[in-house]
Amino acid sequence: MAPSINRSIDMVVVGCSAGGIEVLKRILSSLRTDFRPSLVIVQHISTGSAQSLSQFFASLCPLPVHEAEDQIPIENNKVYFAPAGYHLMVSDKKTFELSVEEPVRYSRPSINVLFETAADVYRDKLLGILLTGANDDGADGLRKIHLQQGVTIAQSPDEAEFAEMPNAAIRLHQPDFVLAIESVIRVLNDLK
Amino acid sequence: MMELEPYNLEIKLLLDAIYEKYSYDFRGYAMTSMKRRLETARARFDLKSLSSLQELVLYDEKFFSELLQYLTVPTTEMFRDPTYFLALREEVFPILKTYPSIKIWVAGCSTGEEVYSLAILLREEELLDRSLIYATDINPLSLKKAEQGILKDDRYDEYEDNYRKSGGKHRLSDYMTSKYDSLLMDRSLKKNIVFADHSLATDQVFSEVQLVSCRNVLIYFERDLQNRALGLFYESLSRKGFLGLGMKESIRFSAYGKHFHDFSKSEKIFQRD
Repeated sequence: MAPSINRSIDMVVVGCSAGGIEVLKRILSSLRTDFRPSLVIVQHISTGSAQSLSQFFASLCPLPVHEAEDQIPIENNKVYFAPAGYHLMVSDKKTFELSVEEPVRYSRPSINVLFETAADVYRDKLLGILLTGANDDGADGLRKIHLQQGVTIAQSPDEAEFAEMPNAAIRLHQPDFVLAIESVIRVLNDLK
Repeated sequence: MMELEPYNLEIKLLLDAIYEKYSYDFRGYAMTSMKRRLETARARFDLKSLSSLQELVLYDEKFFSELLQYLTVPTTEMFRDPTYFLALREEVFPILKTYPSIKIWVAGCSTGEEVYSLAILLREEELLDRSLIYATDINPLSLKKAEQGILKDDRYDEYEDNYRKSGGKHRLSDYMTSKYDSLLMDRSLKKNIVFADHSLATDQVFSEVQLVSCRNVLIYFERDLQNRALGLFYESLSRKGFLGLGMKESIRFSAYGKHFHDFSKSEKIFQRD
């Protein structure tokens, strides 16, 4: 019953805040090893966290997991995390750019910043997924993805540990899908 | 919806205009973050397009001074990333102590928070009197604020916490006086600091130094400009001199990377050959 996306997707961007770690554990451990697109994640995190997210998830995920670095080319079949304390952007050369500009919606890294810049570059080949969180970062970004012809998914607010983030997105625009995590995983693994 | 091609051309023309008229060279900056700053400026000045910005840039010099505040990134804080300052204090300074006089270059000093943090560190390690800190930036307003040494007091608690984690031996308040809603840096800290206009995009080496601290500046540059800046740092540093970058910056992809080795890997402090 899970929907499937028929077009070709080159990049998946994911944003989450409070409650995100548990959801990411489920998603990342379930990905098929030949998952083709690049998967870029902003998990709100404070600076000074001893172990980086990429190190933590590398052991759980069948795909290579890296911290996004400034100026590196974005590769398919890889998972990237935004580093703590920096905004992560996608450049039109399909490389990452970092910045330490002011927090957006009190967040740095900001989901909006990743989603908006990825939308400009990947347009209709972009899938954006907004998950659990206790603030509204990401709502504008998900809408921008939608306006640039990308596909948008919000986690079902009924299932999300913190519903504020998906609800904020749904208030701004009607995402293509509102799904429980099990369905999100199936959609991801069905991508061509 | 904006098509990208004419928009990219607008950006190029705007940055060319700024360079031709004012000699500020933003043409080698990382474009995704630059575009976002330009869009923020366009919206704040309530203009229809970047071409409108260009018109004002060409005919209104006062407008350009205001626009400049959007083009550079002033975000900074005292003792930002305390573990960096702790590593300077505990690992780099003992080596700098062996030099009869110490010259330090803070490149892209913004409004001075990092410069004063360094000065405090040097004072506490009894090195300030024989040190000279060059603090450079391209933004004249930031330089002016840095020179005045006036900080807003709304982040004092955070700064005090950062200071302590940097191995601070006293109290941060010992180094400043409170005035209305501002903090005024102690004048004695300024004696060994020279604030000057210098562009990593267009200017040259100006002094030999033992430490370059350039944190979260290179991320706003494209690769070529990053290389130019690293080249300036390489040429400025004495043999075995130190280069400190931001927590997520690296020299790995630069042609100059082979001339530096990791000194404190986790703190992004490198040592020149």
